[in-house]
Parts: sequence; structure tokens; C-alpha cells
Amino acid sequence: MRFWRPHRRRRDPLVCREFVELVSDYLDATLPRHERARFEAHIAECDGCAGYLEDMRRLIGSLHDLPDPPSDPTTRAVLLRAFRDLRGQP
Amino acid sequence: MGNRNRAAEPASRPFPASAGVASETDRALLERLRRGDEQAFEALVDRHHEALRRVARTFVPTAAAADDVVQETWLAVMCGLDRFEGRCALRTWIFRILVNRARTHATRDARHVPFSAIEQDEGPAVDPAAFDADGHWLSVPPRLEADPEASVLAAELRRHILLIIDALAPAQRAVITLRDLVGFESEDVCSLLHISEGNQRVLLHRARARVRAGLAELVEAPG
Repeated sequence: MRFWRPHRRRRDPLVCREFVELVSDYLDATLPRHERARFEAHIAECDGCAGYLEDMRRLIGSLHDLPDPPSDPTTRAVLLRAFRDLRGQP
Repeated sequence: MGNRNRAAEPASRPFPASAGVASETDRALLERLRRGDEQAFEALVDRHHEALRRVARTFVPTAAAADDVVQETWLAVMCGLDRFEGRCALRTWIFRILVNRARTHATRDARHVPFSAIEQDEGPAVDPAAFDADGHWLSVPPRLEADPEASVLAAELRRHILLIIDALAPAQRAVITLRDLVGFESEDVCSLLHISEGNQRVLLHRARARVRAGLAELVEAPG
């Protein structure tokens, strides 16, 4: 498979400063294949970046589980009354 | 130290993908809502109300205006239940109504900078001072207690994460809320916010990096 980028560029090892800019795309599996290979080669050699990646993975996972505070009871009551008026069974 | 194994882990999303069309669960829920089932409606409000407020707040200048937008959204949902055809997930439909209402409000308020004039945040993910001239870490970055369930400071940590998110620029806040808090896929977020895939990726990357940096500050300077 041919790429328009010069071959040499893709062989360059990744440094930490570049690594942190790719973490989000890597976790979302949107990193192009050649970038991904460089990225994974770097993880194997760098504890700092491996830790950064792992933290980011856990952080993103925990954001989804972050419970919201309960809705304001007054607002809830108003909405429920409106629902009853609009859709309620007689 | 076991880093090789980390590289082999799948890079997939840590939670299930949102369905592009209304799921079976959606259809069952929709049936109950159409019949006027109050418990179903309550559950729907509890699930989405706060996230809707967060997203609305990225479009309008005040919390009160955001509350108005969310209230209008729920009314539109109640009235529109019979017209909803299930071509998208129920949740997507609700958030789409919200974004449309929020845009209308934002346009009406001339003082407010519209969402399309998004901030130019070109800063790096990590403070450049953390790296040496060759781009390597000067010292190993501090690890986070990023898993609220595993932390004794769970409630405190949650509060901090939400505060950090609330302080982000509006476009970043909207994207990280929809992607990581609510759990929408990137296609949904792009179509909801009318932004390109590339733009969405950059905003999400910046937002996640800012949240991580904010938590790292907390680790480094507790109290």
C-alpha cells in the first residue's frame, strides 16, 4: 500500500510530546494504521506515556459513569404535571 | 514493566456504541410514553435532564436561559411523541430538539457569541515545560486516581471533574459532554453540533487533555 507521505517520516520514532497529542484518537480507534504502529511502539518503551495513556483510558471510562446530581424536585414536578395534562389517561 | 500488554489492549470505546436507529428498548419505552406512562417519563427525565442542561448551557449565556431551553425541549418531546418515527435513537431525537431550541435562543440574544464562533484553542495537550528539548518527559508524569469507584474521594473527585468540564470553552464542553458523559458516538455529535469530524476530534482531544491536566493539578497540589 502506498502513502503520499515520505516513507522515512513514518519510521521516525514518536517522542512523548507527540504521543500525548494522539492519545484521544488512539482510544477512539481513529488513529491511522501507520501512526498506530508508531504509537504502540512508543508505549512499549516509555513508562511515562504508558501511564498517561492508562490514566486517560480510565478517566474517559469513568466520565461515562459519572452520575449527575438529581434534577431539581420542583422542575421535575412541573414536567410531570405537564406530561399528565398532555398524555395522561382520563 | 508490563507495558507490552498495554499496547495489545483494544483501543475501542469503553462503553457500548449508541444505536443509530431506535432500539428495541427505545420502542418499548416509546410505547409506554405514548400511553402516558408517568414512570417511564420520570425515568426519561432523570436520565437526561442534567445532561440536557449541560449541553444547553454551552449555547446560551445564563443557567436560567438553559433551564428554559430544557423545559421547552421536554414539552416538545411530550407533544412530538406521536410524530417520532424512530429513524434515530430516542436520545438523539431529544438532544436534537434541545440543540435546535438552544440555537434559536442564542440567536435571539444578540449579546451572546454564537456557538459557531468557537474558541481557537491551539494549545498543546500537556504543558511544553513537562518535556525536554528532544520531546521526552523531564520526569514521569504523576498518575491520576481516575477511577471514581476505586477512590475513597469518589464524591469529591466527581465534583472536581464536573467543575473542570464546566470551566472548558463552550465547544469543548459540548463535545466532551455529548461524547464522554452522555456517550454519543462521534457521528451523532457531529450532526447534533453541525461540526466536522476533524473539528470534533480536535475539540474532544483538547477537552480530555484539559480535564486530565486539571486532575493532575489536584494530585500534585492536594487541598
